[in-house]
Amino acid sequence: MGRRLVLGMLGLGAVGVAAAPVLQKGLEKGLGAVADKDPTGLTGLLPNGGGFRYYSVVSSVPRKSAADYGLTVDGLVERPATYTLDALKALPQTRIVRDVQCVTGWRVPETPFEGVRLSALLDAAGVGPGAKAIRFTCFDGAYSESLTLEQARRDDVLVALRMRDEPLAHAHGGPVRLYVAPMYFYKSAKWLSGITVTDSVRPGYWEELGYDVDAWVGRSNGRDDAPTV
Amino acid sequence: MTSTPGWAGPTAGTTPPPSEPAPRISRFTTAERWVHRTTAWLVLLCVATAACLYVPQLAELVGRRHLVVTVHEWSGLLIPVPLLAGLVSRALRADLSRLNRFGPHDRRWLVSALRRDRTPGSRPAGKFNAGQKIYAAWIAGAVLVMLGTGLLMWFTGLTPLVWRTGATFVHDWLALAIGIVLAGHMAKALADPEARRGMRTGSVERPWARSEHPLWRVPEE
Repeated sequence: MGRRLVLGMLGLGAVGVAAAPVLQKGLEKGLGAVADKDPTGLTGLLPNGGGFRYYSVVSSVPRKSAADYGLTVDGLVERPATYTLDALKALPQTRIVRDVQCVTGWRVPETPFEGVRLSALLDAAGVGPGAKAIRFTCFDGAYSESLTLEQARRDDVLVALRMRDEPLAHAHGGPVRLYVAPMYFYKSAKWLSGITVTDSVRPGYWEELGYDVDAWVGRSNGRDDAPTV
Repeated sequence: MTSTPGWAGPTAGTTPPPSEPAPRISRFTTAERWVHRTTAWLVLLCVATAACLYVPQLAELVGRRHLVVTVHEWSGLLIPVPLLAGLVSRALRADLSRLNRFGPHDRRWLVSALRRDRTPGSRPAGKFNAGQKIYAAWIAGAVLVMLGTGLLMWFTGLTPLVWRTGATFVHDWLALAIGIVLAGHMAKALADPEARRGMRTGSVERPWARSEHPLWRVPEE
């Protein structure tokens, strides 16, 4: 009898895995409706409760404000520069509204990001001969990311200052993060502090741990999510 | 001043001998207790790391995602090991077969438990009551499902993506269920010091065994 219960659990588990796509769709719809009217935020703790998940690879991340934030642009450029938060704000801003897709599966629909086009900063610095890629570093002290020069010049790649039409909060990588709209969200490095033009792609933090370097949504990491762009 | 009996020497009266301390009876062997203890620590580690990966506030507090993931994966993978190693113990194997066997009295126990009936004799139980039997079987099955779905998520190249999405779905929701059930398991233990003593020291008081597990035939009785 006890053995039958154990086997029953195993069977249920297998059925759950097989029926997940249907069940998940139904639950997401139901939970989404409840979450909209939930003042406690407890539904956010349920699986598939929707929304962003906080991932950090270090124990604590320093807080930076307009007073002490700086973004350096260096490497194979003619005019290395350091931007303060105010200097970034003074540049032309671009607003992009796309879905955010995490490689672990969660997706947040239609999320506005706003900031300076990366290509504008690269043009201002004057990319030198032999440049092939960009390496991004972060003031959490550990995270890094990479893009090819061609990817970095896309007009949906931003140095983002605002998210959901509000200044970027610390938990979301504020005051400044990278935003790479067409790729899985691990490419959009939080707490961005350095942009270095390099002669080859240096894999970033998660890429050293096996994630794809070219992280197009729906065409990488063995996943087939709907593209975000 | 006249002396009273007992003033100068012992009286003829006899004092009754102090009542014998209730003899304790053996419930769990050392091997069984070590299996329980190591499993419990592994499960707590696994649940704690799961919370740090999953609850946003804790994730923000702890960070160190790669380390937490590694601890979670390995503690989870090791959970069945103490029990499997404990199978060399004859006492543990005997208890497993007791947990596996359901009798007519278990149905009565369940009905009374569901009706919150606490009258004496309403909850007949052997060494393990029906609730403990169901818990044991359920948690064993749940751990195996978590292990299977966890491995599908860990080794991403193993199966097509649909499987992995399904595995994530089952892993997340079953984790929630296990959290609730484990809380119940610990609440039951907290509510019954003698049951806890049984698992900690290996022996329980005879009156406790008689009232909680009346059908338990203690071997050396």
